[in-house]
Amino acid sequence: MSPILEISDLSVAYRADGGDVHAVEHVSLTLNPGEVVGLCGESGSGKSTLAYGAMRLLRPPALITSGSVRYSGRRITSGGDPVDILTMSHRELHKIRWRETAIVFQSAMNALNPVLRIEDQILDGIRAHLKMPRHEAKEKAASLIDLVGIPRDRLRAYPHELSGGMRQRVMIAMALAADPEVVIMDEPTTALDVVVQRDILSQIVELKERLGFAVLFITHDLSLLLELADRIAVMYAGRLMETGAAQVLMRDPAHPYTEGLLNSFPSLRGPRRDLNGIPGVPPDLRDTKPGCPFIPRCGFATDACSSVDMSLEPVTGSVTARTADGRHLTACPIVSPEELREATEKARQARQVSKEASPEKAASQEGVRS
Amino acid sequence: MKSGFFAGIANIWRNLPGKAKVGVWLFGFFVLAAVIGPEVAPYAPGAQTPLTQAAPSAQHWFGTTQTGQDVLSQVLTGIRLTLELALLVGVIVTVISVLVGVSSAYLGGVWDDVLSLITNVFLVIPALPLLIVLLGYLSDQGQTSTIVVLSLLGWPWGARVIRAQTLTIRGRDFIAASRETGEKTWRIIGFEVIPNEVSLIAASFVNTVLYAIGASVALAFVGLTNVTTWSLGTILYWAQNDSALQGGAWWWFVPAGLAVALIGTSLVLLNSGIDELGSPRLRATRGTARVAGHRIWPTDPTPVLAQLEAEPGRLGSFLHSFSRASVLQETSAGGNR
Amino acid sequence: MSYLIRRLAFYLVAAWVAITLNFFIPRAVPGNPAEIILSKYPDLTPSAYKALSQMIGGALQKGSLWSQYLHYWDNVFHFNFGTDLNQFPTPVSQILDQAIPWTLILVGTATVIAFALGTGLGILAGWRQGGALDRSLPVLMFFQAAPYFYVALLLVDFFAIQHHWLPAAQGFNGEVTSPGWTWSFISDALEHSILPAFTIVLTSVAGWMLQMRNVMITTISEDYVIAAQAKGLSNRRVVFTYAARNALLPQLQGFGLALGFVVSGALIMEIVFSYPGIGYLLLESVTNKDFPLMQAIFLVITFAVLVANLVVDLIIVFFDPRARAREAA
Repeated sequence: MSPILEISDLSVAYRADGGDVHAVEHVSLTLNPGEVVGLCGESGSGKSTLAYGAMRLLRPPALITSGSVRYSGRRITSGGDPVDILTMSHRELHKIRWRETAIVFQSAMNALNPVLRIEDQILDGIRAHLKMPRHEAKEKAASLIDLVGIPRDRLRAYPHELSGGMRQRVMIAMALAADPEVVIMDEPTTALDVVVQRDILSQIVELKERLGFAVLFITHDLSLLLELADRIAVMYAGRLMETGAAQVLMRDPAHPYTEGLLNSFPSLRGPRRDLNGIPGVPPDLRDTKPGCPFIPRCGFATDACSSVDMSLEPVTGSVTARTADGRHLTACPIVSPEELREATEKARQARQVSKEASPEKAASQEGVRS
Repeated sequence: MKSGFFAGIANIWRNLPGKAKVGVWLFGFFVLAAVIGPEVAPYAPGAQTPLTQAAPSAQHWFGTTQTGQDVLSQVLTGIRLTLELALLVGVIVTVISVLVGVSSAYLGGVWDDVLSLITNVFLVIPALPLLIVLLGYLSDQGQTSTIVVLSLLGWPWGARVIRAQTLTIRGRDFIAASRETGEKTWRIIGFEVIPNEVSLIAASFVNTVLYAIGASVALAFVGLTNVTTWSLGTILYWAQNDSALQGGAWWWFVPAGLAVALIGTSLVLLNSGIDELGSPRLRATRGTARVAGHRIWPTDPTPVLAQLEAEPGRLGSFLHSFSRASVLQETSAGGNR
Repeated sequence: MSYLIRRLAFYLVAAWVAITLNFFIPRAVPGNPAEIILSKYPDLTPSAYKALSQMIGGALQKGSLWSQYLHYWDNVFHFNFGTDLNQFPTPVSQILDQAIPWTLILVGTATVIAFALGTGLGILAGWRQGGALDRSLPVLMFFQAAPYFYVALLLVDFFAIQHHWLPAAQGFNGEVTSPGWTWSFISDALEHSILPAFTIVLTSVAGWMLQMRNVMITTISEDYVIAAQAKGLSNRRVVFTYAARNALLPQLQGFGLALGFVVSGALIMEIVFSYPGIGYLLLESVTNKDFPLMQAIFLVITFAVLVANLVVDLIIVFFDPRARAREAA
């Protein structure tokens, strides 16, 4: 099964007088048909830049400095070679945009045109790519609205007349207007409250099952991806740190950053545990020092780390590395999953000991930490 | 402290866009003319000579009026008078509008409602007709009454804009923090709020000076201000009165108006620079339309470096053909690429 | 309805302020306006003088300030602005009636053209930032910074005096034709309006263009414009239906705010061209110390601006669904 979207060695920089800002550095990511790939990272990690850059939607001074983005949808390639989005002209891009790859934006309130009715905005997407008479297009728009569970009378409404959750559903309906093969979702639920979030997420899963599109799900919340995604890619400072099947990543993280992320959110089930977070801040993307960008915040950093070449390599010594559902790759050659697991366990035991030694201090610390 | 101040100025200068720098130089030139002009003027502006309506010559660089007065001397005096008046009005109006705008936004409540109402009413009532009526009733039409009248009608613009900005700042966290720590209101206003509005106040000042120049020249031209003082508008009044253009004496009419136009242009350019300094988004988009020698419109897809380099922009390749690098490329003797 | 009603109430308050100002200014300024009139118009009949004093204050005013104020209001409501001094005993309202249509047609049309042209150019300049149009802005800024009348007179000098292509002044050539719905009059009037209209447009286009350009630049970086591009919509749709339609709202608001200035500039234009509108009339009334006429013109101009503002508010509500929502709220 060949991937539907293959990003290879993509780099995106923002040109500025004071020096380029390297937002994305040599990232390779594949998306298979019908798959959900989660792209996870802190804000400023370059995950959105990666997605929008691959679609060539970034404005000046953004510049794509290396790589290719190959798309293999049958409608475009008719079974032949994949086409590289980065070499397309504006006219060719029009054919791909929305019809093949659609985007669900983060803030629906900002991404919807305030002066157009919802129906018109959905019709826009339909009629730009599908040749059909107006009444047919309107019927299609209505059926899309049904699909996302919004009453049809809301079609004539303006964006500000809808609730946040409804607006996000409209965004999803809009994205599906031209039957795309790939849907990029840029933090679609971040601005919503938890209950609505759940709703939208299960809706997305249901739609994906029904219509068969692939999803690139961008978020800073790793916990969402563990249930939603087939594979996960973890990004930091413009580079990929680790990729692999979701279950594998959760059980056997191979990169200290992933480990840090996993320890940063509580799970609803399971034993109560201490939350850690990751101390420090992401680096300035203007000066790219050699080696791993995570060094200042990494508990396992050694001198060798500043000459690591940051390419993704298969994880060695991991029991699950040989599973069929996607290779497990990491950018950290220093640490293995077992070492990570041992170190985390040791740290937890150490904290347990200190908690037993002085319960009051531990209690106050706990309150502060979570 | 002093080095910090000058370093700050140097920093602002570096960040100004090109056209704003032109504005600064141009305005500086006129300020210089205002300061030393009347001292170095060859004649007294009102001094009549028998050389009436003479074209520009070595004796009279801008020629003479119908009564033989030297136009250059008049213009130099006019620049000083007009700038004096405009800058004075600018200062008065800026002070009033900052007072009204900030207190209205900061104190809120009934005070805000009343002040806003007054501001908006005077914004909507057209200024020039009111100015004309006021000056029409004032039998003494000296400089003072013009200044007073212009100031009375000039503050609403700035007040409204400053009020809006103050409201935004007031809602910000650091103000709430200052209030929590018990900082006195006037200190908060003076040290936290106003420093954040400096570019807005500066822009408002420049706009007011523009307005004062335009209004005073217009009023002088129609003869509503004191026609015996030599402001730029008065020169134009007399030129029009004595049919300078129709009599072919263009040199009488052109310089004064040109001076007004240039001063005005310099201020507008200055203001666009202040605008861009204060608004990060305008600044960010300035100059970013060019990437790697190509001009990129907002509706263009994100450019790919490899493709940009493959076809240099037209101007880029034209200029490049003059560069040593391209010459070296072409010679077989070498030069590295 | 509440938004529009609140705006209407505001304009009524502004009108009240204007009328009150008109009442108090002659009474508040130093010097005695009534005496000035006496010296200028010595053959005024006593009853006329008394009526005048009632209007602007003076030695012969009757009753308390408050009763005069009410009386003044009464007059305003009946459009009784008194009798003109210069053309005694013609009522002021009659003189106004003759002048208003000229101003409305010239200034109204020229302003709309300038706004439409400037806004259209601004859309293009904002979309193609850094392009040729954008770089022509400093030149247009110069025209805007130059005094209206200055540019006007230079144009008059070129087109009318040196080359006799267009008439130099006036609304129509009184020796050749007279007002009426005849083709000779209309064509003559049109010919006379070209230069004034052109000057108004030339001096104000840059302002509208610059404003729209700046609004467009901010609007183009909004998420919904990027989303429109992501949808693969045609450039035209992105620029006009998504960007420009939203940018138009603050632009219209700016137009409303600038109406006072627009009117002022047009007044000066009339003076320069001796165009028989109320701007020219205002100057004459000031020079002649014809206070009743002066006051009346001020009120007329102010009311016109207020009405125009209300119209702009209506247009904005029409175009902005969010304002319509506030309307209903």
